[in-house]
Amino acid sequence: MSFSRLRLAGAAGQLGSIAITLLGLLMLTFFIGRLMPADPVRAMVGEDATRETYEQVYTSLGLDRPLYEQFVYYLGDVLTGDFGTSIRTGQPVIQDILHVMPATIELATFAIVIGAVLGVSMGVLAAVNKDRWPDHLVRVFSLFGHSMPIFWTGMIALIVFYAHLGLVGGSGRMDQFYIGLVEERTGFLLIDSLMAGEMDVFWSALNHLILPAALLGYSSSAYITRMTRSFMLDQLGQEYVTTARVKGLSQRQTIWLHAFGNIRVQLVTIIALAYGSLLEGAVLIETVFSWPGFGQYLTSNLIIGDMNAVMTCVLIVGVIFIGLNLLSDLLYRIFDPRTR
Amino acid sequence: MEKTILDVQNLRIRYGGSTTEAVRGVSFTLGRERLGIVGESGSGKSTVGRALLRLLPGATITADMLRFDDVDLLSLSEKEMLKIRGRRMSMILQDPKFSLNPIRRVGDQVAETYLRHFQCSRREAHEKAVAMLEAVKIRDAERVFKQYPHEISGGMGQRVMIAMMLLADPDLVIADEPTSALDVTVRLQVLTILDGLVRDRGIGLIMISHDLNLVRNFCDRVLIMYAGKVVETLKAGDLDQARHPYTQGLLAAQPRIGGTRQPLAVLDRKPEWLEENA
Amino acid sequence: MTVNTHTRRMPGWLMALNNIVVFLLRSPTSAFGLAVLAVLILTAIFAPLIATHDPYVQALGNVLQPPGNGHLFGTDELGRDIFSRLVYGARITLTIIFLVSIVVGPIGLVIGTSAGYLGGKFDMVLMRITDIFLSFPSLILSLAFVAALGPSLNNAIIAIALTSWPPIARLARAEAMTFRKADYIAAARLQGASTSRIIVKSIMPMCLPSVLIRLTLNMATVILTAAGLGFLGLGAQPPMPEWGAMIATGRRYMLDSWWLVTFPGVSILSVSLAFNLLGDGLRDALDPKQMNRR
Repeated sequence: MSFSRLRLAGAAGQLGSIAITLLGLLMLTFFIGRLMPADPVRAMVGEDATRETYEQVYTSLGLDRPLYEQFVYYLGDVLTGDFGTSIRTGQPVIQDILHVMPATIELATFAIVIGAVLGVSMGVLAAVNKDRWPDHLVRVFSLFGHSMPIFWTGMIALIVFYAHLGLVGGSGRMDQFYIGLVEERTGFLLIDSLMAGEMDVFWSALNHLILPAALLGYSSSAYITRMTRSFMLDQLGQEYVTTARVKGLSQRQTIWLHAFGNIRVQLVTIIALAYGSLLEGAVLIETVFSWPGFGQYLTSNLIIGDMNAVMTCVLIVGVIFIGLNLLSDLLYRIFDPRTR
Repeated sequence: MEKTILDVQNLRIRYGGSTTEAVRGVSFTLGRERLGIVGESGSGKSTVGRALLRLLPGATITADMLRFDDVDLLSLSEKEMLKIRGRRMSMILQDPKFSLNPIRRVGDQVAETYLRHFQCSRREAHEKAVAMLEAVKIRDAERVFKQYPHEISGGMGQRVMIAMMLLADPDLVIADEPTSALDVTVRLQVLTILDGLVRDRGIGLIMISHDLNLVRNFCDRVLIMYAGKVVETLKAGDLDQARHPYTQGLLAAQPRIGGTRQPLAVLDRKPEWLEENA
Repeated sequence: MTVNTHTRRMPGWLMALNNIVVFLLRSPTSAFGLAVLAVLILTAIFAPLIATHDPYVQALGNVLQPPGNGHLFGTDELGRDIFSRLVYGARITLTIIFLVSIVVGPIGLVIGTSAGYLGGKFDMVLMRITDIFLSFPSLILSLAFVAALGPSLNNAIIAIALTSWPPIARLARAEAMTFRKADYIAAARLQGASTSRIIVKSIMPMCLPSVLIRLTLNMATVILTAAGLGFLGLGAQPPMPEWGAMIATGRRYMLDSWWLVTFPGVSILSVSLAFNLLGDGLRDALDPKQMNRR
């Protein structure tokens, strides 16, 4: 949540530096993977394997080679799309991750829509009423969202809205008895259920999605609010805002027809970065809501110590982050008439 | 000078959070004439202009009288004020580089004035805007209409600004340093266009400027402001007979072609000019 | 006269600190932040006096008691007093804050100032490394580190420290770059001061204030990350009364015994909110651009 990431977006403009960053990312995950005190060979062959099988696997994993050689092998594997096999499922890790990813993307996308709408409107409200009570109220409200431990808020929300009020669905992506009813095509449950024409499943899915998405969105809105407020304050001090007022536009019209257009591009950048940070909250909220997504996959593998899976997850988050930075840079160029 | 369209008596303005008044008891009246307000930076001349349009958020404005045509500007609600701004009173701002919205086509920005104040179709507003752009002597107005502010020159931008502010045919236009951001070569051109339109349409003009020569040539009367007060009011032609030492000082500080090569006079500010009844 | 020279004057930094505190107290939100932090520190120091029970002693005949009956916040699944556990938990929270700060501050300062002062290839390589660290959300990277090091409170602290130095380094670098051209640095160089001496004696002290502010601002994130790690079972291990871990164990009973998760959560929320409010106030106090804006 810092400006440094913004600056990173600027730096990521050149493809070369992205390549270097990616290489660094791989080095970091590789390095963390080797830090592990747990023995990967032991995890694979089991506790009561003979010394020979142990040695055999040890050599086959290339662990007897020097570290830099191992890194080159690792690099080669990753570049050919081989991220290793999951100890738990026995399937290629990357396949597992692709399977759980849509659930997380569905959640995060819903959340960012909520967060963006909330954050932008609160930010504008605060800027327009700078140093008056709506500004203070917005500040406290958004800092509150930023300060709550999201895994805890998730639980409290489940107790209140699900257990006591029965307003929303509980854990998981849909009610228990709908599971397996809809054929998985895109992995996005809302889309799949619509495609299959199963409206019951669709509503159940939406009902389960709304609470975790709202919480994630709220927590991410703090950053969006703060940035919107400061961008808007910058614009409101500009002379063209006075021009619009002189023309007879109301304050509301001036803001939405003139000033807002000028912060749109900056907002897109901010929201793209906030989307990346959402993944962080998703890891925790998915655990609380038993959401079968990326975050839960990551944490469950953390606990059993499957480093292949964990490091691939971390790598993917890093790649998503860099990708989002790149995307926001790109959007900047597309949306601003001055760069056209 | 047949009819008074603006009557200002004892106008006082204090910015929010400030303990002293930025404007301290300014009074003047305006008919369908061209009035110049001259003063140095910080003299409060721009503040007067913005106060007339009630565009000073957080500032306290008081006056014995602040009458525009048939309305009392002080008692008007913000909603009623919206019908005045742009339609009956407008303002040309200093620098088109900042006063035009950078991400909207200039034509749309001009047409917006018309759309705000008249019930009409977009096509009608478009036609009005193009006609107005032609009236400010922009050739190929249709092409300029589609351009963004960064694609046009400063002089062109200021003509767009004039078109925007005169489109709804207001009774009073305030021009706040309309040419000081422009290249010297196009200043006269822009001023001539503005002057022609103001005369043809019988619009009252308040020209806020720090440039005595400009005001002398384009205005009927001149108000000299110093430290939030009017120190002297003169006919533009009588400027040389100014009695107040501040005005005399300003005139003496002007370089002249063919004048003596002595160092120019430096203003000697007297503390008594700041006093309430100077 | 002699009396005057002998009275102890307030050192400059203390005066500045005093001014800042006075400024913060004028805003109700920052004052709230300061108050919560004061309570946290006092609670941690006087934990044995404040706690009503031993935080570790189990009472299996007295499990899951609702608040009241001698247990202010009720008891947990092993009959331990939740209030007392929270009080001792304040010590853990404070330890995390303290240790992360004393690790992250110096690392960020050294890397940032030397990169900023020396510039060139050295700067490029260091900033490339910080960029790599910055391309992960901090919790994810901490998760990876803890997974590698093994779950424990100490490893959680190490992991958090490893992931939170890059923003500090970036800041220190930016500051150092503005100072490196200053005349007094040139003067020091002319006197023959070594590079390391200039960095340590002249550059670092100048960067220190903004680094300290940035550390305060980061503390809310540090607390939330630590609690998150505790919640995932990767931070403090039971039976330690760490707030995040308390929520994790309380989760199983949350539908019937709400107090198990509610009170630790409120504690985490208040402390992180306090740091955020304080950071917000500090930004206002120390950003002249914002203060002058009407």
